[in-house]
Amino acid sequence: MRPNRKTLIAAAAVLGLYVVIELLRQTNVLDGYWQQVMDLSLIITISALGLSLIYGFAGQFSLGHAAFYGIGAYTSGFITKSYGDTPFWFILALIAGVTAAMVAAFLIGLPILRLKSDYLGIATLGFGIIVKVVLDNTDKWAPIMGGSRGMLGIPHLTTFAWVFWLTVAAVLLCRNLILSSHGRAMITVREDEVAADIMGIDTTQSKTLAFVVGCGLAGLAGGLYSHLYPFLHPTSFDFLKSLDVLLVVVLGGLGSLTGTVVTAVAWVFLLEGLRILPEAFLEWRGVLYALLLVVVMITRPQGLMGGKEWSLYKSKGSSAAPGKGGNSRASA
Amino acid sequence: MPLLECKDVSRFFGGLKAVSGFNLTLEVGELVGLIGPNGAGKTTVFNVITQIYPPSLGTVTFQGKDLMGLQPYQVCQRGIARTFQNIRLYKQMTALDNVLTAMHPRAGYGLLGAFFHTPGYVRREAELKAEALSLLDRMGLSHRATELAGSLPYGEQRRLEIARALAIRPALLLLDEPAAGMNPNEVDNLVQMVRGIKMDFGLTILLIEHQMGLVMNLCERLVVLDFGETLAEGNPAEIQANPKVLEAYLGKGVSA
Repeated sequence: MRPNRKTLIAAAAVLGLYVVIELLRQTNVLDGYWQQVMDLSLIITISALGLSLIYGFAGQFSLGHAAFYGIGAYTSGFITKSYGDTPFWFILALIAGVTAAMVAAFLIGLPILRLKSDYLGIATLGFGIIVKVVLDNTDKWAPIMGGSRGMLGIPHLTTFAWVFWLTVAAVLLCRNLILSSHGRAMITVREDEVAADIMGIDTTQSKTLAFVVGCGLAGLAGGLYSHLYPFLHPTSFDFLKSLDVLLVVVLGGLGSLTGTVVTAVAWVFLLEGLRILPEAFLEWRGVLYALLLVVVMITRPQGLMGGKEWSLYKSKGSSAAPGKGGNSRASA
Repeated sequence: MPLLECKDVSRFFGGLKAVSGFNLTLEVGELVGLIGPNGAGKTTVFNVITQIYPPSLGTVTFQGKDLMGLQPYQVCQRGIARTFQNIRLYKQMTALDNVLTAMHPRAGYGLLGAFFHTPGYVRREAELKAEALSLLDRMGLSHRATELAGSLPYGEQRRLEIARALAIRPALLLLDEPAAGMNPNEVDNLVQMVRGIKMDFGLTILLIEHQMGLVMNLCERLVVLDFGETLAEGNPAEIQANPKVLEAYLGKGVSA
């Protein structure tokens, strides 16, 4: 692809953003706490992009996304903790985390992706619980994974540069996929699975593709997460964490990558930002998020972006298909 | 060798015989109408041919090959495309993307191309897009290319369904009530259009329709279904004169 002007401007903007943020960090204008919030927000973004593919574009309702996040985190954490804390092992660990999540997604996807909407939700929820229970008991066969006591001593290798550029890569890969024929096929499954089948689309293949790639992104996010904090605990990968990512995808607007990215970052910053409330109001945080959710769903049921994209993500002359309203289960 | 052959095809839903003992042979290049009162099993015949409801009994062969046991998408990829009685477009996709989806089986690039937009991908996408645009143009929809399918007027949605079906490059096109909800003027246009695409794309067409004017005008041969069974078969003049057909449509006593 010949780089046109628009692509160059976009690339320059992203590079500029990176330089500015890196400077703010080096000069400690952003202190350590906010640095970590920012890293976490981008990690959640990568994971949410995965679910955006699965639910927002392919219309497959998953309540078990955190399970794949957890598989990625534990797999990669296990590797660096066992073998070494060099960048070489880190890269290998990330790849292993992604691969493990994708293999798990493929194996579990084979039997359950034939289920529709709510039923698929329950099946993925079940898988999430299984993974949580396994993580709780990892110490039975690999003591260094700590089981329900948590896994300690994972080297801190996740830097802002890793997180930022992997997020950029994830956005680009998702965008490219969505604009391709494979992406269009995924969207037909969301729009009308029966019609897609009759009109020549191997819907099983398309669903599996979305699920495996989406879960791979969760695995990548997990790998970055496990090397951000020195401590992993199974509760970080339970049902509530799946719900968090689902909220991000729905709030951002089903079928919008822009919505997913913006909402994921905003969501994490909001969660942390509300900590600056006066002491007496701190326990109202939970109520505030929930209230915000209710208000957004009432005023904008199609989500923040309502299936639209900012032009940066669109290629010239082509139109990524916008998603349907956030208030409906996107299944045929 | 006939293009399509349904032999003693039956489809039951529980105790209901939606279609029973149905026989149909389509020769290449024919334009055949499938008519009958509501609930006669016409759409079920389409569903059986496309294997969305595999036949309970009997066999369907296409171009000499058995279709039994294939998935609907495999049947489609063999060259059978259809439209739907109650329009089933991908509403939240653009008209152009709707047509492009039908080319997915022959897109011809893999995941690497899709993820990295390789030169091969760019070339192939440009070809596909040009082909899709020409199909939209053929159906008089080129000005709608970037609009969402769900936002198009009814008549245009019907034509978009035909454009999407043509993008399959089918040998056999199944049209399910293409003129439903159209005014006489639009029906005339449709007749011209169906004749045109049949000629230009070398199609064989099987069509379900209730508008007798259109059916008599367009089809070379008619098959009449009633209660899931073939009631009569013949050219339009024969069917019009057939007392059994009149009875099925209008009730006993009319033909007397």
